[in-house]
Amino acid sequence: MRKEPYLEQNVAIRMVDITKRFADVVANNKINLEIRFGEILALLGENGSGKTTLMNMLSGIYMQDSGAIYVKGERITIKDPHDAYSLHIGMIHQHFKLVEVLTAAENIILGLNETRLIDLKNVREQVKKICDRYGFVVDPDKKVYDMSVSEKQTLEIVKVLYRGADILILDEPTAVLTPQETDKLFVVMRNMKAEGKSIVIITHKLHEVMEISDRVAVLRKGEYIGDVLTSQTDPQKLTDMMVGRSVTLNIDRPEPVNPKESLVVKNLGVKDINGVKKLENVSFTAYTGEILGIAGISGCGQKELLEAIAGLHKLEPGSSIMFYPRGNKEEGEDLAGQSPIDIKHKGVHLAFVPEDRLGMGLVGNMNIPDNIMLKCYDQGKSPFTNKKKPRQQAIEIIHDLEIVTPGLRTPIRRLSGGNVQKILVGREISSDPYLLMTAYAVRGLDINTSYTIYRLLNEQKKKGTAVIYVGEDLDVLLELCDRILVLCSGRVSGIVDGRTAKKEEVGLLMTHFKEETA
Amino acid sequence: MMKQKHRKKEPLFRISKNGFVPLYKAWAIRIGALLLALVVCAFIIYSITKLNPLKVYGTMFQGAFGTNKRMWVTIRDTMMLLCIGLGLAPAFKMRFWNIGAEGQVLVGGIASAACMIYLRGKMSATAVLPIMFVCSMLAGAIWGFIPGYFKAKYGTNETLFTLMMNYIAIQLTSYFVALWENPYGSNTVGIINSRDKFGWFPPIFGQMYGLNVIIVLVLVVLIYVYLNYTKQGFEISVVGDSENTARYCGIDVKRVIIRTMIISGAICGIAGFLAVAGAGHTISVSTAGGRGFTTIIVAWMAKFNSFVMVLFSSLLVFLEKGAMEIASRYQLSDYVSNMIIGIILFFILGSEFFINFKVRLRQRFTKDKSQ
Repeated sequence: MRKEPYLEQNVAIRMVDITKRFADVVANNKINLEIRFGEILALLGENGSGKTTLMNMLSGIYMQDSGAIYVKGERITIKDPHDAYSLHIGMIHQHFKLVEVLTAAENIILGLNETRLIDLKNVREQVKKICDRYGFVVDPDKKVYDMSVSEKQTLEIVKVLYRGADILILDEPTAVLTPQETDKLFVVMRNMKAEGKSIVIITHKLHEVMEISDRVAVLRKGEYIGDVLTSQTDPQKLTDMMVGRSVTLNIDRPEPVNPKESLVVKNLGVKDINGVKKLENVSFTAYTGEILGIAGISGCGQKELLEAIAGLHKLEPGSSIMFYPRGNKEEGEDLAGQSPIDIKHKGVHLAFVPEDRLGMGLVGNMNIPDNIMLKCYDQGKSPFTNKKKPRQQAIEIIHDLEIVTPGLRTPIRRLSGGNVQKILVGREISSDPYLLMTAYAVRGLDINTSYTIYRLLNEQKKKGTAVIYVGEDLDVLLELCDRILVLCSGRVSGIVDGRTAKKEEVGLLMTHFKEETA
Repeated sequence: MMKQKHRKKEPLFRISKNGFVPLYKAWAIRIGALLLALVVCAFIIYSITKLNPLKVYGTMFQGAFGTNKRMWVTIRDTMMLLCIGLGLAPAFKMRFWNIGAEGQVLVGGIASAACMIYLRGKMSATAVLPIMFVCSMLAGAIWGFIPGYFKAKYGTNETLFTLMMNYIAIQLTSYFVALWENPYGSNTVGIINSRDKFGWFPPIFGQMYGLNVIIVLVLVVLIYVYLNYTKQGFEISVVGDSENTARYCGIDVKRVIIRTMIISGAICGIAGFLAVAGAGHTISVSTAGGRGFTTIIVAWMAKFNSFVMVLFSSLLVFLEKGAMEIASRYQLSDYVSNMIIGIILFFILGSEFFINFKVRLRQRFTKDKSQ
């Protein structure tokens, strides 16, 4: 145990030998971590390495099985989020914990157990004070359902600050933000640091780690690997620490070979159940042997676009989706108005990795072979399922993609997000598709798995598959894709060349229409 | 400082999720729970009635299996419960809350009774049984189809829908009871065809309820195979877990819902056939007797595994018969026997908690490292 007095003074939180198990899985194994005052600590690690679990023990969501937590030198037990608040620890979760129908101010005071009457005026004033101090913009009377993702996140941070937090934990805050919004967030974070607050940021994006953090702590498979000062490291070193071996950080981008029109979408329009336009007048062409990226702020119609092509949405009249398998003009099929069953029975080899893995792509309560079987269970005339082939395929996918699973019989909801995603991508690719659509294929995945996925996409590209890649990380989109289609509020605001486009240009298209396309 | 001290206290119990529990261990916990329940019951029996608990348990056993006739009644009732449970399993596996088994059994029973009354003298006693079988199955299927159709087409709430279908079935039964009243003024149908036993199950291997056992055990195997090894069974699992996934992989969700509810209702209809032709030989509003609800426990405790359902339905019927016996033998009120049933069920259901979760007592801090 280190006992340097000057260090102890500086330490806001010290976690000693923290162990947490979930059933048979050790999520955190004897982890020692310290968080200092006035620093931004980046917590880095692959999926399932236990970052969120560790932080959840500080915010009172979980309790450690063994080990001790010291806050400002005092040994404490954090039983629930209330304990965490009274210790001035606040966490902003990946999935926002806000009540949609309440206003910002109401959300802020929610759960504060005030015995007095609620004085909203006072709350507003205090919120304004916090905002002015750190440079937030929050309208206290705006309802949460009217807010953008970035506004919601700001509100979460203000909520935590209002409760007097001086140790803030942000779990992948930038995953849902545009580059511009991320910059704003970083400004605020620096302001908070200047005030002496401690900030822990969990992220997968190394360039952000390099940009914002003072110190980086790395976890790997539930073990604490070590910490380094950000000024003394670089992305490559961090990756090696995270993965445990050397990983190349370059994404391949082979030139498309003999591209032919594979998917020609014209005037595509989709409305949601409430009649709100989700997609309007979307036209584009995807070519064989090419990766077409789709960028946009979350909720701009990316999801609907892929789902519409897969036959999961009712299309507006006039929409046309012509599909030419392998670019063969003679075998063109109009997919518009076809259901997924029709598309399947037409023998159109269309593979789709949806955004919602367990809610749409896979069945959480089933094991890997059964999930593989989802796509092919109805082949053949026999009324019985044939489990042999999917089982064989499952073994191959597990081997090829290095999926970590206790066994073939484990329900996949017990596996980590990265492994679940590999099963989904593995299944879709193994069908030898002519068109492969992926929505946020690497969301929440660690570097190593992400690169595996990029490699798989490139393999498909080389085989002559038309690949559509909906992504949120602009750096990756610009490195991986041949062309990038930018969606803004359900309309195409531009299609740029992935090799020449600038990040700022794409970022701008995400929020504004170019004059000529508007 | 007070608050700080308070904070140092860890909670007394720590509950964490269990991982994979081997089958033998799970069953050991369940049997342990059963034994524990018996011990607790023993104390309660003794403290309330001053009777020897072992003797009371012996009486319970006698009530269920004491004589050959009792044993067969127990078996008959088990088969009935099991049959309804088998009907509910596909619906519940699809996460379709079919609490309308009561009504589906009743309409099946009405169909059987109608055959017995109207077809008498028009055909042979052996030929009428298959017809009754099919008719009650159809009646149950219709009763299952209606809520299934509305759920699939209009997204109605199936819980309320199936529940209300029960009341319609009860009223329908009342109507037919009035129509077929025998003797006049009794307000019951009486034993149908008691003289020539037309439409009654013939004894098999000398056992009056042999056919009940055969029909239900065949269904046990069929349902097990259907749910676990067929494409339709697979579709049910997918729809039950996530309708979006089902749509995504090209399953016609509406069709699966309607089809499964037809099957579910049909099997419950068969249970009505068993109740009328194979057991009561009459029809009344209490023909289903709340079994449509009791079996919900059976289906869920067995996690829709039809073989495990055999066990749980036997247990429930055994408890019911045993409790009735001790109530009458020792002139206790029904409540005492109901208490015993309650305690035993509580322990068995509670044991699932200990299978799924680990509970640890608070640990002392070994040593305070910061000091």
